[in-house]
Amino acid sequence: MTTKSESYPLRRREVAKALLADRDDLIVVGGLGSCAWDITDAGDHDLNFPLWGAMGGAAAIGLGLALAKPEYRVLVLTGDGEMLMGMGTLATIALQKSRNLAVVVFDNERYGETGMQHTHTAFGVDLPAVASAAGFLSTGTVTNQAEMIEALPVILGDPGPVFRSIKVRAESLDFVLPPNDGVVLKDRMRKALAGGATGKAG
Amino acid sequence: MSEWAEDVFDVLVSAGVRQAAYVPDMGLKRLIELCRAEDSMTAVSLTTEEEGMALLCGAWMGGERGVLMMQSSGVGNCLNMLSLTRACEIPLLMIVTMRGQHQEFNSWQNPMGEHAQGFLESAGVSASMIEDSAAIGPAVADAVGPVFDDNARIAIMVHQKVFPTKTFGK
Repeated sequence: MTTKSESYPLRRREVAKALLADRDDLIVVGGLGSCAWDITDAGDHDLNFPLWGAMGGAAAIGLGLALAKPEYRVLVLTGDGEMLMGMGTLATIALQKSRNLAVVVFDNERYGETGMQHTHTAFGVDLPAVASAAGFLSTGTVTNQAEMIEALPVILGDPGPVFRSIKVRAESLDFVLPPNDGVVLKDRMRKALAGGATGKAG
Repeated sequence: MSEWAEDVFDVLVSAGVRQAAYVPDMGLKRLIELCRAEDSMTAVSLTTEEEGMALLCGAWMGGERGVLMMQSSGVGNCLNMLSLTRACEIPLLMIVTMRGQHQEFNSWQNPMGEHAQGFLESAGVSASMIEDSAAIGPAVADAVGPVFDDNARIAIMVHQKVFPTKTFGK
């Protein structure tokens, strides 16, 4: 129980890179903490909104974007601790039946930014089951590379709302920090979407 | 009975509000019904008020205007996400109906009712309490420009005097 996720085969930075490799106009909300660093490590982008706070809010931010931009795919990439704090949002998303929204949890069963304490998922709380019960169209757990290859096109293209828990190794990695000015992060996303074009940061 | 809900609804439609997020209150019943029936709006029923702040952050980045409708008892649920709204300077328009004031039957509503306005103001939201039902629509209309043109955070708080008293059948 206590060390199980330290030996999970999937590594979060590699999974993030695989998810974002051919992103085109994918909108990405990165949950507070490690996921914000993960999406930045995969390449900063005007359509990235990495969170430096607002724990529990990532999925709701993604819903607002998905409703406003139905022609775009929206990916919320967040951690298990962050998702647990905003679990009610899974019900809110299910009601909206957002076809263009995927919520992916990088589940290392730890609070990675505060000392690697266990989250509820370490003791068996099943987030995909919660999403399924709420009414997500597609849910599941990914534990290895073969399942990841299967899940990629579902996350990036299947009718949503899609939910996947990707069990990733509990590991402490270098910080890869995105811009931390919230106004800059908001404005670059809004401008990129208003312009209808993708812009690579920098 | 005044038509303040219609007044506010007309203002929201004219302002181009597209996402109407809410946690219900008896005082908001009519306004929520109007928003739900409006084709140009997506009504988003929330499980907690703080979802609304995050939702409207996403809406704004996607180019849509939104409103958050809630009762004062939910103000305490918002404080975490108000930091998002402030850090990113997200426009925020809130319609907050009051509990814990005039002829409140349920005393458990009083602590948040007494301090909701102060909590919002201390979190960087300009909050004004409107006691005259005829002034509610105009107050929302006055807020639209500062909110959506200048990224202001404004709460229009509707005094409990405006509503029929909830009596729990007594």
